[in-house]
Amino acid sequence: MELLIDVASWVCLLTGGFLGITGAIGLFRFPDVYTRLHAASVTDTSCMGLIILGLMLQAGFGMMFLKLLLVILILAYTSPTVAHILIKTARREGPEPILDNKGKNHRHRD
Amino acid sequence: MFLAVSVAIIVVLVLALVRAFLGPTLFDRILAVNMFGTKIVLLVAVLGVVSDQPSFVDIALVYALINFIAIIAVLRFFEYDRRTRERKGS
Repeated sequence: MELLIDVASWVCLLTGGFLGITGAIGLFRFPDVYTRLHAASVTDTSCMGLIILGLMLQAGFGMMFLKLLLVILILAYTSPTVAHILIKTARREGPEPILDNKGKNHRHRD
Repeated sequence: MFLAVSVAIIVVLVLALVRAFLGPTLFDRILAVNMFGTKIVLLVAVLGVVSDQPSFVDIALVYALINFIAIIAVLRFFEYDRRTRERKGS
């Protein structure tokens, strides 16, 4: 049982680290801020969840477990909120998104 | 195993910093800084579990909240700046 929990925690931690590096590479491979936000925020949420889940499995039930659960809850709310607000401001003020020649470019102004 | 995760997080931190320095627009920089903050939270949580001190996780919690408020404040400031510019007609 002990070994099973350890292995599950290691798998979670390593997958989380791999996803984090994937998101960081995506910051360099993509052309503009919209696609970069896609790479960063999608891998950011799953990387955070998996790493904290692995830490929760290592810590066992206790005060540390509850605090790590709180970290997951707070980050799961704040990270998509920041992504939304960032992309909304970028759409208003920032550069135009790169589209193919068939796409129309509606710029949102209120 | 904790060492591998810490090294992975530090690599992500360095790449995010490079993007924050290189970023062509303001939004790339804000995105990289946000990613940096989230990964710092993870690093502090890993350190707390390794050294078995629950107070480190409290620090991670506070860091997450301050990071969130800071990003919102910077973006809000930027939008406010645009509105005052339009009102002045320049």
